Order: sequence, then C-alpha cells, then structure tokens
Amino acid sequence: MSNGPFALWRWARLFNDRGVFAEGLLTTLLVSALALSMALIIGVVLGLCSTSRNRILKTVARVYVEFFQNTPLVIQVFFIYNALPMIGVRWDVFTIGAVGVGVYHGAYVAEVVRAGIHSIPPGQSEASRAQGFTHLQTMWYVVLPQTIQIILPPLTNQAVNLIKNTSVLAIIAGGDLMYRADSWASNGALSYAPAYIVTGLLYFILCFPLATWARRYEERLKSRDIIHEPLEEVVEC
Amino acid sequence: MIKLADVEKYFGSLHVLKNINLTVAEGEKLVIIGPSGSGKSTLIRCINALEEPNSGQVMLNNELLNKQNKTRLVRVNCAMVFQQFNLYPHMTVLKNITLAPIKLQKKSREEARVLAYKYLDLVGLREKANAYPSTLSGGQQQRIAIARALATQQKILLFDEPTSALDPEMVQEVLDVMIKLSSEKNTTMVVVTHEMGFARQVADRVIFMDDGAFVEQGEPDALFDNPQNERTKSFLSKILR
Ligand SMILES: Nc1ncnc2c1ncn2[C@@H]1O[C@H](COP(=O)(O)OP(=O)(O)OP(=O)(O)O)[C@@H](O)[C@H]1O
Ligand SMILES: [Mg+2]
Repeated sequence: MSNGPFALWRWARLFNDRGVFAEGLLTTLLVSALALSMALIIGVVLGLCSTSRNRILKTVARVYVEFFQNTPLVIQVFFIYNALPMIGVRWDVFTIGAVGVGVYHGAYVAEVVRAGIHSIPPGQSEASRAQGFTHLQTMWYVVLPQTIQIILPPLTNQAVNLIKNTSVLAIIAGGDLMYRADSWASNGALSYAPAYIVTGLLYFILCFPLATWARRYEERLKSRDIIHEPLEEVVEC
Repeated sequence: MIKLADVEKYFGSLHVLKNINLTVAEGEKLVIIGPSGSGKSTLIRCINALEEPNSGQVMLNNELLNKQNKTRLVRVNCAMVFQQFNLYPHMTVLKNITLAPIKLQKKSREEARVLAYKYLDLVGLREKANAYPSTLSGGQQQRIAIARALATQQKILLFDEPTSALDPEMVQEVLDVMIKLSSEKNTTMVVVTHEMGFARQVADRVIFMDDGAFVEQGEPDALFDNPQNERTKSFLSKILR
C-alpha cells in the first residue's frame, strides 16, 4: 500500500469519516450565521453613529472601527479565550467564535454602511428633514432603504470573509470545519493533504457562489446607473 | 407668518447673509430674485431650519425657531419644493406623497390616499400614482414634488428655483401649477425664481438680493419696470435681455 500524501486509502478513510466533516461544516455555518447577524447589527448601529451629528457617537464609532480593523482577529479571540476567564467570563468556544468574529466584522460592516449612507445624495435627507422628519426617521424611511441595494455587494463580500475567518476557531479547538479537519488528520494517520483539500473545497463551495452573486449584482447596479463605481474600497484582512 | 430679524449666516469666513430682516405676512406671495451666489437658497433654507443662522432670529407663526423645536415647527408650518425635485426614488409617487401625512400627521392610509389623489388631480398627474419617479419627466417629477409638498397642508410653501433644472418646454407646466396654488388666499408662498412673467402675475412683492443683502424690493411691476438701484438695473437687464 502506497503511503504518499495523496494515497487512495487516505481518501477512502476520509469518505468513511465524512460525518466528522459534516459536523464541522454545520458548526461553521452556525457560527457564521450568528456572527453575521451580530456584525450586521453592530455595523448598522455604528454606521448610523458615524453619520450622526453627535460628536460623541461619531468618536465611539471611529474608535471601535479603528481598533478592530487594526488588530488581528486571532488576538481578539485569544483574549476572550484566555484572558477573560481570569475575570470570571467563561464562554464555550462556540460563543467565543460567534462573538469574536461578529464583533470583528461589525467594524467592517460599519464602514460599508457609512460609505453607503454617504453615497446617497444629500438632497434626499434634506427633502425628508424639510418635511419635518427627525434624523432617525430620515435614516429609516428615506436613506437606509436606498442604501441597502448599494451596500448589498460589499456586504456579501464581508459575509465571504467572515465565513473564512471563522476558521480562526481551529486554534482554540472550536469544533468548526477547519478544526475537525485538522484534528481528524492528525489523529488519523496524518492524512493532511486530503483533509485540507476537502476542507478548502467546502469553504469554496460556501463562498464562491456568494462572491459571484455579489459581483454580478454590482455589475447590474452599474448597468442600471444606480451606482457608478463600487463603494470606496474597504480594506480587508 | 415668517419673520427674520438680524439674521447673519457665514460659511466659514464667507459672509452669506448680511443682517437680513424680513417679514412675510400670512397669505403673501413673495418672490426673491438675485444673481447666483447671492444667498437666496441659504435664506430660504434658514426659514425651514435646513441651515442655522449664526445669529439673529427666525420666527414661524409667532414662534421662535430654536434647536429643540425646529423639527416640530417646520413640520407644522412649512413645506418645500427643491430645484432638484428630491423625490424619494425607492417609493412610488403615491408613497412619496403619503409618507409624511401617514408617519408625521398620523393620518390613516385611506385618508392620506384621498388627499394624495386630490393633489395629484391638482397637478394633473392622477394616472402616475403608481409610477416610480425615475420613469417621469423632469416637469412631471417637479409637479409630483409640489403635490407632495401640498399633501401636508402647510400654510407656508417654499420654492427654491423650482423650474431652473427643467428643460424649457417643461417650465410652463410647473409654473401653471404654481399659479393655481397662488389663488389660495391663506397660503404663504416664498419663491426663488427668475421667471419674471410668473412674478408679475403672482407676486405681491419682489425682493432683489445681491451679495447676501436685500438691495431693493417692491411690487413686481414697479421693480421690474422702474428699478431704482444700479445693481438691480444691471441684473434685470441681464436676465430680461
Ligand atoms: N453648505 C455650504 N458650505 C459652504 N458654502 C456654501 C454652502 N452653501 C452655500 N454656500 C455658498 O454661499 C453662497 C450663497 O449660496 P446660495 O446657495 O445661498 O446662493 P444662491 O443665491 O441660491 O445661488 P444660486 O442662484 O446659484 O442657487 C455661495 O457663495 C455658495 O457657494
Ligand atoms: Mg440657490
């Protein structure tokens, strides 16, 4: 029997143990869904803060965004995992994953929302304010509904990055797809190559359709003259 | 109805409104003219709190405008029509018109619809109720914007160059609607426009503004035919040609 990294028996073994990968995939999906919801909520709230006239709200949003965009996700997750328990905050790895990734991507979503709001012509909110709507009503009825269409492509790209970034859970034994694949391979005859290939493929199957859809949708918006160029590029890690 | 006292407005170091004093009576139709950059828009925007004067006072219906009450005061007193229409592109015409009546004036959907159709009839666009703004011509969009302004049934109507973004052949349809509105005795209208025919027909008073201040004012025929100030003369000769 061959013992190369791609030997056939390794693939057969992986196929037999596919349940392990399925579980990992499910965990990754759940963490992603929770983290995404959280990132959206944080992002919309902070995006609104950064476009308000209130200095304090603006500053809070700015500090949050800069902090999370300029420190590695791994440190944030390690912090929750290793440091917070010392002050009595003990979360299971699943929660840590959802919160860590959600809070981190909240900063990026906030930037997307802010750019989206800024791309709406000022005449829109002026018309609304001239009718006597408050700032929040103006955002809610007039500005945000127009923003959603525009920010959908960059938000989808955020979702793609978020899904990939949940793999950070692997380093704290998070039970996600990457972790399961890795531990399966290291316990099971070191079949790293097939494990990583299949795992990569699974991430690809999740992400590629989303990314493709975002790109097509953006093309469509451009061809219908709704946007002229993609929203200002939000730097991504 | 509208009273401005000693209003000063700066944009940075640019002095845009210089000691403006203005009283507009209830039901008065006031037209403001003046060269580009003279502060006409800024003035009209101070009236409905889109701009805040650096000093001086703005009173609407005998109430002093301030930071706390401005949203409410504007809501109960003023409606505005913009040069660029500023219809909400994600809503149908009907929704554009009924949004404020429903959300701000707490009218029922049905009540607001009835009102909307009343004003759609007035501007002659009933059949466009379910269209989206982007499918309408500029003239039609501006007439819808007027219907939207009317639907809140405010006593003060503000117009900032409502026809100057329109193709020439659409100007008259919008002016016709505004002339119709001017027959309402109780409606106070402040209109920034260079449509002299409209001003002659509708205005009780015309103010010529230049460089942030009122230069000359009077009844339209007197001001247009017999201006006293040199700056007024030269401005009028340019636009009347
Ligand atoms: N938000 C702003 N920030 C800075 N400067 C401004 C702002 N709005 C207007 N200005 C300046 O103030 C001056 C008066 O502008 P305003 O729009 O009131 O003039 P206007 O009489 O309405 O001119 P137009 O006929 O071109 O509409 C102009 O010089 C303009 O550039
Ligand atoms: Mg102007």
